[in-house]
Amino acid sequence: MRRRPNYVAGVGSLVWLFLVGLPLYVLLAATLRTRQDYAENGPVSIPDSFTLDNYTGAFDSGFGQYFFNTLVVTGCVIGIVLLLVPPLAYAIVRSRGRTTSAIFRLFLLGLAIPAQAVIVPMFYLISEAGLYDNLLGVILPTAAFCLPMSALILSGAMRDISPELYEAMAMDGASPRRMFLQLVLPLSRGGLSTIVVFSALQAWNGFLFPLVLTQSDSSKVVTLGLYNFQTEHGIDIPGLLGAVVLSMVPILLVYLFARRALVQGLMGVGGK
Amino acid sequence: MTTQITSARPAAGPLKGARRRPPASSATTVGRPGFAWALPAAVFFTLFAIVPLIMVAVLSFMSWDGLSSPEFVGTDNWSRLMDDPVMLNSIWLTLLLTVLGVVLQTPLSILLGVWAAGHQRNRAVLSVIYFIPLLLSATAVSVLWRALLDPNFGIPAEAAWLFGDGNLFGEQATAIGVLAFVSTWQFTPFHTLIYQGAARAVPQVLYQAAEIDGAGRYRQFFHITLPQLRNSMITSMILMIVGGLTTFETVLILTQGGPGTDTTISAYYMYDKAFKSFDYGTGSAIALVLVVAATVISLIVVRVSGYDKMRSSMEGVS
Repeated sequence: MRRRPNYVAGVGSLVWLFLVGLPLYVLLAATLRTRQDYAENGPVSIPDSFTLDNYTGAFDSGFGQYFFNTLVVTGCVIGIVLLLVPPLAYAIVRSRGRTTSAIFRLFLLGLAIPAQAVIVPMFYLISEAGLYDNLLGVILPTAAFCLPMSALILSGAMRDISPELYEAMAMDGASPRRMFLQLVLPLSRGGLSTIVVFSALQAWNGFLFPLVLTQSDSSKVVTLGLYNFQTEHGIDIPGLLGAVVLSMVPILLVYLFARRALVQGLMGVGGK
Repeated sequence: MTTQITSARPAAGPLKGARRRPPASSATTVGRPGFAWALPAAVFFTLFAIVPLIMVAVLSFMSWDGLSSPEFVGTDNWSRLMDDPVMLNSIWLTLLLTVLGVVLQTPLSILLGVWAAGHQRNRAVLSVIYFIPLLLSATAVSVLWRALLDPNFGIPAEAAWLFGDGNLFGEQATAIGVLAFVSTWQFTPFHTLIYQGAARAVPQVLYQAAEIDGAGRYRQFFHITLPQLRNSMITSMILMIVGGLTTFETVLILTQGGPGTDTTISAYYMYDKAFKSFDYGTGSAIALVLVVAATVISLIVVRVSGYDKMRSSMEGVS
């Protein structure tokens, strides 16, 4: 495509750049200036003060604990997904049984269930199980809702493994377990990293389950911390935006170091 | 494939298979995993998604305040919902916001996606900036825009010529406008990615042939690019519709359903009924309406586009 530049598209892209860039500028600038400076000079002005108080302030108001909680939730959700999904996807791709295809249809149906739809009974179940206001009560449903999309992503990746490789291993008399460990897992690393990133995003950005299933500060996650900060200290905008920037740091790191997996994980988020 | 394995079975299967999993490795399943591999995930998912889904239907016929035990009340919740003006209004608002989302985001993300698929020198740098909203959670995006649009300390206070008195959350029309804008801001980059991938996959031969025939840029766009993006358009629009139906954080954080109940969409009304008014039965009934809507649309997803097409729309994404 060696053509003369498309001016219409160029101008349009600049307009969008402005719409995305201005809020991001305000976001970053606000977090590095004092509250007084922000209030007096307005959000879009150039800061005439410099401070890191907004970041340290976020930690003072409990974000350290929230980050830790979110990390625990994210880690456990990834763990559960990695434990359950690879065998599931392997069975979906390789098993010829009727039960397996029924299970696969169950997960296809599961793609359609929005978290909002089950939040009331989830609240009932988690309360009855004595897990209300407990991180485990957030981890279990969050992980469950990661399963359908993860199963689709990973079984898609496993389908790309050539049948000849299975046949070769079958010739050697390999058991399903040996094929899984020595053939399927190593060859579906791409799919595995995608479902890890996908589940991590779901857990890190999750809001509804923590909102309804937790209450106290000691079990609060970052998204809930942002929401609370906004309702309680809504006028401390630089402090609030400092917390917003902190909340996106881990995702930014993944973006820098594993861009492809992140993009594919994000595609999964949209598919949910 | 299957036949070859079958021929290998009599020799290798029973002998070696017997070592590890004697009963499972009978002659018909050698080399293939049984359903036991899928069972743990299926049990887990049933417990935390399917059981609650069934319970939501049961609870919609019960009265429960969260403290005492739930009691059956027949169709009380449903008949009250049918006559509830807020509920009817919430369905209309949900549809309005969903349609607004599709109408705003589709042309924008097609244009941006096709542009980003090209080879302009500034493309790579700009794409990175376009991508940043995707790194923010829905919560963070909503909190950010609530702060940016704050009537006293936000951008509207500085640009009175554009925003009038600056309180965008005070009137229904502007509040809906804010919700539609924030969703567009948040999700357009994602749909741009879909279209970028699809636009890269359009065979260059088509454009070369069009050039030879003397077709200009706009004719090429409307007669080659757009038709070639058809599958991605279906995928992207369905995702927009499902996303629109389940919008929640944006409303909770930006407008709390207000002013009054002017932006109370169904998902928010469900939350409000159940967890603010402690009327879990009615909340469940609204949730069931959402499930049915989402299921119907997801069935359309599987039928019309299919997962394979979704995967192919990911190709070429960098």
